Amino acid sequence: MEAKTVIQLENLTKRYGRQAAVSNLNLEVKEGEIFGFLGPNGAGKTTTMLMILGLTEPTSGKVRVFDLNPTREGMKVKQMIGYLPENVGFYDDMDARGNLRYIARLNGIPDNISDGRIESLLNDMDLAKEADKKVGGYSKGMKQRLGIAEVLLKEPKIAFLDEPTIGLDPDGTNKMLDLIRSLSRERKMTIFFSSHLLDQVQRISDRVGIMIAGNLVAAGPLAELAERGLGLKEGESYTLEEIYMKYFKEA
Amino acid sequence: MNGVLTIYRKEMEDHFSSMRFLLITMLIFMVGVIIASLSGMSVRDELKGMAKPDFIFLLLFTSTGKLFSFVQFIGFFGPLIGIILGFDAINRERSGRTLSKLVAQPIYRDAIINGKFLAGVTMITILMVSLILIIAGLGIRLIGVVPGADEIWRLLIYLVLSILYISFWLGVAILFSVVFRSTATSALAALALWIGLSFFVGLGGSLLADAISPIKDTADIAEAQEAFIKNANVQRVASLISPATLYGDATSTILDPLRKTPRSFILMGPLERLSLSRFQNPLPLSQSIVIVMPFMVSLVSITFLFFAICYAVFMRQEIRST
Ligand SMILES: Nc1ncnc2c1ncn2[C@@H]1O[C@H](COP(=O)(O)OP(=O)(O)O)[C@@H](O)[C@H]1O
Ligand SMILES: [Mg+2]
Repeated sequence: MEAKTVIQLENLTKRYGRQAAVSNLNLEVKEGEIFGFLGPNGAGKTTTMLMILGLTEPTSGKVRVFDLNPTREGMKVKQMIGYLPENVGFYDDMDARGNLRYIARLNGIPDNISDGRIESLLNDMDLAKEADKKVGGYSKGMKQRLGIAEVLLKEPKIAFLDEPTIGLDPDGTNKMLDLIRSLSRERKMTIFFSSHLLDQVQRISDRVGIMIAGNLVAAGPLAELAERGLGLKEGESYTLEEIYMKYFKEA
Repeated sequence: MNGVLTIYRKEMEDHFSSMRFLLITMLIFMVGVIIASLSGMSVRDELKGMAKPDFIFLLLFTSTGKLFSFVQFIGFFGPLIGIILGFDAINRERSGRTLSKLVAQPIYRDAIINGKFLAGVTMITILMVSLILIIAGLGIRLIGVVPGADEIWRLLIYLVLSILYISFWLGVAILFSVVFRSTATSALAALALWIGLSFFVGLGGSLLADAISPIKDTADIAEAQEAFIKNANVQRVASLISPATLYGDATSTILDPLRKTPRSFILMGPLERLSLSRFQNPLPLSQSIVIVMPFMVSLVSITFLFFAICYAVFMRQEIRST
């Protein structure tokens, strides 16, 4: 059976003044897949996510998340999705539990239910030992894992992760990527994540979308993109620049 | 509802553990108590051996003593409490990068503002109630009189007025924290408005009045008089836009029962002034309330206006974590 479409974008456009941050984006994401959103800084990845989440209004075009319009039915959409913003921040003078508890309460999860979830997430994210320390003293990697814990707390159907590996060292990056893959496999969660690094997207994504200057230049399984004459071979890693060069040569 | 409550609880915890709130509380308590004791002592000395007049207890709050009265002190510095409680409400979350995940939770955006505002109002209420209770206790010891029912009612209305007035400033500060990204800018903007409304509204009003109906320098006395009254009226209406003036007029009406009109003394003839302060009975409480009510309504309306602007700006704002 064909997997259900959970995110649907049609001719989605966002302009800031005269500049188009995203133009005429058409994209579908299926239930349960890991979708890697690839593009250099300023390509429009964050803007696209904000529109899908209903946090900014599209200039034109259509967004549907579980057939809901996020601008109009924001509450319903926000109940079903989790969002890890780029460079997320925390309440630095509270500990990990305090931060998680606050997010749980905002989601209307009663304390007696969130208690258990918080402890098991702290374990899963390898934060149990530091859970009583103030978050202000956490390393970048710990903060990023705490951010993932906040996303998982509400048990969302889709997780949006904006540059989840940014600022992490190679070891932290590997752990984060493994974690994202296991979320998809074990929790059957749809994952929409962005990155400006090809090899990371390549490693874990079922499908990728490549964004350049507000335009989606390609979308599909990486192997398929390679077949379409890009000259990308599986198992080899390419810099984003190499891909851009190929695209710009074509265009 | 869940959103407002959760945010309210967290904000309350933050206020109680914040150094900033502790400092302002200590400062206000210290100065407030010193002023009220000075007033109390001077009232006691002046009234030595005399029959105690009516409303002596209220003098504790309104008598200027050696410096200024407690009511003047709160009228002037009260706004600062509101500003300190609210100037970084939203932009602190923005610079801490917590705002973007906050608005992504399933709560209405206005719940964020409402929760923060209600927590601030609660803090203002706690501060004012305990301050007035302390001073009242002090007064009972100093002057040796217990307030009558009438006086207690007047103090209660004064309390409500003060909480409304300081909450207005809290609302202004929260609006600025939505509009300005930097906490320093929003604090400065709120302070500028505070100083502007405290000192320059009178000036602006008189400039406006002179422009609309200048005082004429004619031989015709009736005409000159008419122009003078018109000028004064324009000035008065202009100053009513200022919450500071509204609050000042309302508090002096409610705490000074010998005053029958919020009109300033300047506008009355000398005989009227004399008869007012000497030969008439004090205004009954119910009448004072009738005079004060419109002020209260205006104050609340202006606060709501600021809130409406605040919602409108915040609802449409795009919130990024970078
Ligand atoms: N509020 C804004 N006003 C004007 N331009 C903006 C605004 N936000 C983003 N942009 C522009 O939109 C483009 C896309 O930005 P963004 O979506 O953040 O890219 P990415 O996440 O891929 O790095 C950039 O060129 C950026 O400068
Ligand atoms: Mg981005």
